[in-house]
Amino acid sequence: MIRFLLKGILHDRHRSLMPIIVITTGVALTVLAHAWIQGVMGEAYTMSAHFATGHLKVMTRAYAEDQAQMPVDLALTGTGEMVEQLAAEMPEIDWAPRIRFGGLIDFPDSAGETRAQGPVAGYAIDLLSPDAREPGRFNLPQALHSGRMPRDEREALITHDFAEKFAVRPGDSFTFFGSTMEGSLAFHNFTVAGTVRFGSEVLDHGAIIIDLAAGRQTLAMQDAAGEILGFFRNGRFDRQVSQQFADRFNSGRPPGADEFAPVMITMRDQEGMAQLIDYTNAIGTIMVMIFVLAMSVVLWNTGLIGGLRRHGEFGVRLALGEEKSHIYKTLIYEALLIGLTGSVTGTLLGLGLAWYLQVVGLDIGNAMKASTMMMPSVVRTQISATDYWIGFIPGLLSMTLGNALSGIRIYKRSTARLFKELEA
Amino acid sequence: MNYKILCLALAFLSGSSPAQTAGEIIAKVDENLSARNRVTESAMTIHGRRGSRTLTAKSYAEGTRKAFTEYLSPAAEQGTKMLKLEGQLWIYSPGTDRTVQISGHLLRQSMMGSDLSYEDMMDDRKLTEIYDAAITGEESIDGRPTWILELTARVTDAAYPKQKIWVDRERYIPLRQELYARSGKLLKTALLTDVQQIAGRWYPMKMLYKDMLRQGKGTEFLTKKIAFDQAIPEWIFSKAALKQ
Repeated sequence: MIRFLLKGILHDRHRSLMPIIVITTGVALTVLAHAWIQGVMGEAYTMSAHFATGHLKVMTRAYAEDQAQMPVDLALTGTGEMVEQLAAEMPEIDWAPRIRFGGLIDFPDSAGETRAQGPVAGYAIDLLSPDAREPGRFNLPQALHSGRMPRDEREALITHDFAEKFAVRPGDSFTFFGSTMEGSLAFHNFTVAGTVRFGSEVLDHGAIIIDLAAGRQTLAMQDAAGEILGFFRNGRFDRQVSQQFADRFNSGRPPGADEFAPVMITMRDQEGMAQLIDYTNAIGTIMVMIFVLAMSVVLWNTGLIGGLRRHGEFGVRLALGEEKSHIYKTLIYEALLIGLTGSVTGTLLGLGLAWYLQVVGLDIGNAMKASTMMMPSVVRTQISATDYWIGFIPGLLSMTLGNALSGIRIYKRSTARLFKELEA
Repeated sequence: MNYKILCLALAFLSGSSPAQTAGEIIAKVDENLSARNRVTESAMTIHGRRGSRTLTAKSYAEGTRKAFTEYLSPAAEQGTKMLKLEGQLWIYSPGTDRTVQISGHLLRQSMMGSDLSYEDMMDDRKLTEIYDAAITGEESIDGRPTWILELTARVTDAAYPKQKIWVDRERYIPLRQELYARSGKLLKTALLTDVQQIAGRWYPMKMLYKDMLRQGKGTEFLTKKIAFDQAIPEWIFSKAALKQ
């Protein structure tokens, strides 16, 4: 029977072409919208985790209260032992001590006088260990725009936009000027090994990346670090497990008078991330739901119109003695076939578009120029398992339901009045 | 009659004229605090959140436009020099052998982790050059009668648009200072104590500054030795002196 119905659908283009086009378009847009929201949010979270929050973070209580200011004077001490202890207690997590700091970099002229200077945000991370994972987290090999990666503690990476602004090239030297952990003046000379572009306006505005050991030397932070970031080894943030780890760590250190006692917080609990994650998830879900509902209404309407358009045909079929239930059943089967065809083609089209945007991305750098949120300037879609079925909700169900609703009229038709209707 | 005699006697004892204006008071404060030049040896103790540390320094100042400071201790700061010339500030670091100019908003940053900013150290102008004053009250601080003066900047580049100072009525030295932002927010306080007479002028040898926007117990600035109107060689106030 299915082959028979399929033939009917294919031969009568009025019955199939328009509904399939509408369903394909709607399903493709649904898939694309979902992949887009997943991609944008996913990239923003990953970037925030890698650059700022980690999946878990250990810092002093005082630092935690004021971490946006990058207060090196409130840093953790005894970090070597602490990292060893954390690694033993939580082997699922990779721990990375870091120093985030602020200061000024001063580019000298040939006489050693100040030629140009500007404020920077600094990152002291493990760049030089043979098994260093931090360059990967910062995406440094890919972000490298000119020059090369640092080979020793005297070399630094600076952001490309910042380097261009001050006409600095790899090989040039500069002096970092800031405050040490105890508040003294911090002066240190570095050579630019390379320039990087992260694709985030907030970071590209002005940042330097130096090795952790160089940071400790510059800022007089031996065996100290502003923060120790923890990353799940599988790369995925697990809300429940991270909360368990944080609770276990903090339970042995009840809140007290010592503002320099370490405290562990999860990614969700940092810098308004919980609100951001909940808000964006909610907005994302609402957007997709609205889209799915809107498409469902459109496709339902298509089903209804299709059903109504065939009022005459059903009359003839009833007059020829076909059972009402059989007509209704074939109507539903046809709707299922059209919905299935449209959903499959729409999903394929949506996945194709999403794949293209996942590979090529969309440059929103100009729109993000004034933004302080850590967002990539090129946003991409992210295809997930959901994208393979989400389009079938509006595509299949609404088309079928629309036809099922319009088909109810079949049962209300009186056989005695059929010929009168047909004569008219 | 008895009341008039009592008033005259009190005025005589306090050493001040009852008709003194606020402008005259801050002019006398300027006479005490400003000099043609001065050479100072000082110790600055910064009481931070993690502990305290003391820096010692020797400074030379010529009027209000030239100043040179060399840090003598601790070892981390030894040899660091600062030069102020006509509103510009340079810092020399012996570790890097670099001289860096500090300008713009950085001047408002904490100097050496203290409660003082570079701007605080640089702005040596006389009070009479910057502020209009008004007497708003009288109060006693540690048993010493003071006038409370409200100072409002009449120049646009004042580090603090408003100040409130408690001036010792006998010695014309501020014993307490409150420094405000234009919005009226209290930014810093200073307590000036151990007032000594040096070369015919009164001078507070100990000052406790507190940045109200920072946590910590403030910064003590102790003048160990001060000499006014000395013969300071001109080369001291040059960039060449930074590297010597």
